[in-house]
Amino acid sequence: MNLVLETKNINKHFHKPKDFHVLKDVSFRVKKGEFVSIMGKSGSGKSTLLYVLSTMDTDYSGELYLGKELITGKTQRELSRIRNKNIGFVFQFHYLLSEFSVLENVMLPAKKLGEKSPAEIERDALHKLEMLHIGHLAHQRASRISGGEKQRVAIARALINNPTILMGDEPTGNLDSQNSENVFNIFKKLKEEQGLSLLVVTHDEDFAKRTDRIIQLEDGRIVAQ
Amino acid sequence: MINWNVILDIAKTHLLTKMKSTVTATLGVTFGIGAYITLVSFMTGLNTMLDDLVLNQTPHIHIYNEIRPSPEQPIALYDDFKNAFNVVHSIKPKQSQKKIHNALPILNYLKKQPNVDGATPQLRAQIFYLSGSMELGGNLIGVDIMEEVRLSNLRDNIVQGSPETLKNNDNGILLGAGLADKMSLSVGDRVQISTVSGSIFPLKIVGIYQSGIAEIDNVQSFVNLKTVQRILGEAENYVTDINIKLLDITEAQSMAEQLEKQFNVKAMGINEANAQFETGSNIRNLITYAVSITLLIVAGFGIYNILNMLIYEKMKDIAILKATGFSGTDVQLIFMSQAIIIGLVGGFLGLMVGFVLSKIIDQTPFETEALPTITTYPVNYDPTYYIIGITFALLSTFVAGYLPSNRAKNIDPVKIIRGT
Repeated sequence: MNLVLETKNINKHFHKPKDFHVLKDVSFRVKKGEFVSIMGKSGSGKSTLLYVLSTMDTDYSGELYLGKELITGKTQRELSRIRNKNIGFVFQFHYLLSEFSVLENVMLPAKKLGEKSPAEIERDALHKLEMLHIGHLAHQRASRISGGEKQRVAIARALINNPTILMGDEPTGNLDSQNSENVFNIFKKLKEEQGLSLLVVTHDEDFAKRTDRIIQLEDGRIVAQ
Repeated sequence: MINWNVILDIAKTHLLTKMKSTVTATLGVTFGIGAYITLVSFMTGLNTMLDDLVLNQTPHIHIYNEIRPSPEQPIALYDDFKNAFNVVHSIKPKQSQKKIHNALPILNYLKKQPNVDGATPQLRAQIFYLSGSMELGGNLIGVDIMEEVRLSNLRDNIVQGSPETLKNNDNGILLGAGLADKMSLSVGDRVQISTVSGSIFPLKIVGIYQSGIAEIDNVQSFVNLKTVQRILGEAENYVTDINIKLLDITEAQSMAEQLEKQFNVKAMGINEANAQFETGSNIRNLITYAVSITLLIVAGFGIYNILNMLIYEKMKDIAILKATGFSGTDVQLIFMSQAIIIGLVGGFLGLMVGFVLSKIIDQTPFETEALPTITTYPVNYDPTYYIIGITFALLSTFVAGYLPSNRAKNIDPVKIIRGT
């Protein structure tokens, strides 16, 4: 069994305004090529969990593994590197850098990684955009394209460094049904064609039902998976 | 690992898309540095001019015979009164000649010293200028005119005529401008002078001399050394003053003390004679720097504000950059490099503005009776000030950029993305 992500007894507290136990002994695994969705009511801690998994939030106890590597306790610098190389991220509100062109937005994480030459990065970025059928937007300003297009650009950006796992925080939450369908199909295709692992937080039940596995969170505890 | 290309690329995009803020911040620095350069060039130029005005009148070392009482009165040598308490009333100056004893050997000795640029003999005589029935008191200075011209700025002060004509004319005189004015004389006229003993000599005016200091121009004139010696009826070794110019002015004091002991004369170093000028220049410099630093600090606050605002606007971008793998240091460097770019561009523009303004001041007519050689405002183009200027520009933008960029470094991306 090839694990991409594993958590062991993750606990997290919010200290402000008063102590609040958000995540309670969360343990689960994501296998390679698995499409997992996390569901739960508002306030169940699903987004909080995702940000712990994304390595951006380090204020928790328990253990987080990416592949076979223990992530917990690493320095911010190392975590940045891991996010850059191994984790792709898609947010609810697309979050592109509005002053840059679509192509530059996609290229940025790869430039930061610095493993390829600029020409290769540009070719890869164009390839990713083509794959998501938005190649024609490459040289548009990121602020000038529609919401659905923005989300696809964000997916292209998340994929540019060929991550081991793609995480999404309600990636379809802000999109109409047609664009949602689109994004779901893209995810599905990525899983099937490239064996990418996906972990998506959503409250869209139709979306969740079509994934391989649903992790149900309730009051910070996994109730079903 | 820091990828400068990406960081500078992002910094550049931020600066270009926020052109208005960028220009405002840059102009703040430009204004500060430009004002600093202009101010410091003008002030130090003025300082140097004022100092030179006085210091160039003063030789580095001035040797003369001082009229003073003997430190030891004759009674002290008398054994009978050795243990008594002696009171001497009406002490008179010691009787001695005005001329420097052994002046010519001293001159020869001085000219051979390696640290001496030149030594010139002078003979100062009290005389009267005669104009009709009027007698004007004054000084006549006999000089080796070509040596004086070489060693001092005398040539600049000769407003009419030339030192060469004086050298070639045994009866020539370079008349003080104030005297020429009072007696309505001009070049080519004759002026009669009378010595203290009463003999009268006619001299031909070959030039007009104006130092800019009225007290001097109203009493003093230059003639050849031999002319004064002849007028006074003295021999060729009769010299009352020796002016020395050194290669290194800082040696003046120690050398003066040494000469005093060696030749038993009074030797005065330039520092002793002009201690107050140093103080004046220092205070003027202090004021210049106080004003400039205030300007630069104001510019620094401008940059601080603009970067602060930029970082508030770019919160989401910062969160995104961090989420996609940029470290806190990367983000800090992005904003720091923006500050440094503003400092560099603004600083260099400021140097240029300062230089152009200095040039304009340098061209501005500034004519005053007191300063015949000055036609425009004096400006000092010392490159040191330009180096200080750009250094300060970088330093102030660095400090102004450090604080906001440090906050950007510590922004928690999760908070921004979740909107809490």
